[in-house]
Amino acid sequence: MADHAQRSTVELKVNGDDQVLDLDHRTTLLDALREHLDLTGSKKGCDHGQCGACTVLVDGRRANACLLLAVAQQGREITTIEGLSTGGELHPVQQAFIDHDGFQCGYCTPGQICSAVAMLDEAERGWPSAATADVAAADVRLDAAEIRERMSGNLCRCGAYVNIVTAVSAAAKGGA
Amino acid sequence: MKEFGYVRPADAAEAVATTYADANARYLGGGTNLVDLMKLGVETPSLLVDIAGLPLGQIEATDDAGLRIGALARNTDIAVDRLVRDGFPLLSEALLSGASGQLRNTATAGGNLLQRTRCGYFTDISKPCNKRQPGAGCAAKEGEHRNHAILGASTHCVATHPSDFAVALAALDARVEVESPAGTRTLALSDFYLPVGDTPQHEVALEHGELITAILVPAPPDAARSRYRKVRERASYAFAIGSVAAVVVVDDGTIRDVRIAIGAVASMPWRARLAEAALSDVAPSAASFAAAADLELAHARPLRDNTYKIPLVRDLIVATLCELTGVPT
Repeated sequence: MADHAQRSTVELKVNGDDQVLDLDHRTTLLDALREHLDLTGSKKGCDHGQCGACTVLVDGRRANACLLLAVAQQGREITTIEGLSTGGELHPVQQAFIDHDGFQCGYCTPGQICSAVAMLDEAERGWPSAATADVAAADVRLDAAEIRERMSGNLCRCGAYVNIVTAVSAAAKGGA
Repeated sequence: MKEFGYVRPADAAEAVATTYADANARYLGGGTNLVDLMKLGVETPSLLVDIAGLPLGQIEATDDAGLRIGALARNTDIAVDRLVRDGFPLLSEALLSGASGQLRNTATAGGNLLQRTRCGYFTDISKPCNKRQPGAGCAAKEGEHRNHAILGASTHCVATHPSDFAVALAALDARVEVESPAGTRTLALSDFYLPVGDTPQHEVALEHGELITAILVPAPPDAARSRYRKVRERASYAFAIGSVAAVVVVDDGTIRDVRIAIGAVASMPWRARLAEAALSDVAPSAASFAAAADLELAHARPLRDNTYKIPLVRDLIVATLCELTGVPT
C-alpha cells in the first residue's frame, strides 16, 4: 500500500475572503472555520449531522459543516453567520429573529439563520418539500407547515420553534 | 478518526484504478454517511478517493422515456428536477421524506443506495455486530430492535436498510450502472442488494472498487398512478419505521399492473411480489389489498419488540393502494 500524505493545502473563499490553509485531512469544514479561522459563530452541537447547529452555505446552498471534510471543499465559497450582514447592516433574516424573539439561549441560532436564508432561496425557486401536496406544483406557499418541514434539520433544545417559525415567515413576507 | 490520504482523480477511470489498487480505499461522494462512520470508528479507510468533482451528476431523459440519474446527482437536485417531479413523482416524494434540507443538498444518489444501516449496534464499536465484525455476534436480536427487520433477516443480522429513495426505485424496477476496470455493466436493483444469509457484511453485489456511475429508471407504465408514503416516530427528519412505494394501473375496474416495495422492514428495499401476484387482474378493494398484504406478511418473522410493524405495514399498503385506486379504505 502506498504511503499517502495526511495533510493538504486547501483554498477556500470564506465570507468573501480568500483563505489558504494547511490542514490534516481529518479536519472538518466546521473545525477549519472555528479552530483555524476563528469564526466561532458556526456551532458544534452533535458533530454528526443531526442537529444543524453547524449549518453554513457552501456555494450558496445550506450544508452541515460538521460532515464536510475541509479538504474536499477546495475552491468553494463558504458563507457563515459572520458573513451574512453587509456594511454593519443585519441580514433581514437576522433582523427577523431579533424582532420576533426567535431564540432563547442562542446556541442553535447561527445554524437556524443560515438554514433559513438558504431555505427561502429554495422556496423562491419553487422547490417542493415533504409538506408540499403536489411535488409537481410550480409555486410554493410558505405556510407554517412548510416552514416547519423545511427547517426540520435545525433542532432547538430551548424549544423556541414557535417564534422561529414566526421570524422565518416574516422574513419570507419581507422578501428576505 | 484514523489518519487517511486523500486524492482527487481526474476521471472515473483513474478513480476506479486507484480504488481497485487499495483494498482500504473508499470513494468519497457527499460523505454524509461515510464521514460520520469515520468519526465513529466504524469506517477506517487509509485513502479517500474524492469523486465529487467527476461529471457524473446529470439527470437526463432516456430515449425510451426513462430516466438516467448520474450517481453524483445530489438528493436535492433529483427531488426538485422537473423531469422527476412530472414523470417520476414518487422519487421526489421519497427523497423529500428523507433526512434534512442540509443533508439532501450534500448526499449523492449513489451514496444513498450504499448508505449503511443505522442499527445502533453497528454504529457502536464497543458492541458485537456481525455486519461490522463477522462472527462477533448480533446484539440487536435480544437488545434494542424496535426498528429492525421483520422480513428476510437471518440469525446473523436483523438490520434494516435506511433509504427511502431505494424503496421508490425498487417499485420502479430501477437498474444500477457500475464501472470497473473490465468496463461498464448494469444490474437490477433487486440483484444489487444481497440477501443477508450468513454474510451480513456483504451488502451489495459490487466488487471492491466498482463505481456506481448512474441509476437507470424505466418509464412507468402508461396511466400508472404512484405514491410513496412513510411512517416515522416524529413528523419530519427521522428514518422510517415503515414505508411503501406503490405503482398501480387500473383499467376497466381491474388492476392491470401493480408494483409494491416496502421499506424499513428488511436489509434491502423489499419488493412485495407475493402481494403483487395476488392483486394481478383483480378488482381494487380494501379487502383485496388487505388479503394481498397478509399474504406477503405471512412470511414476517418479527423480533420481541417489533411485531407492531406487521399491522403498520399492512395498513400502509392498504391505505396507499386505496388512495391510488380511488376505493374507500
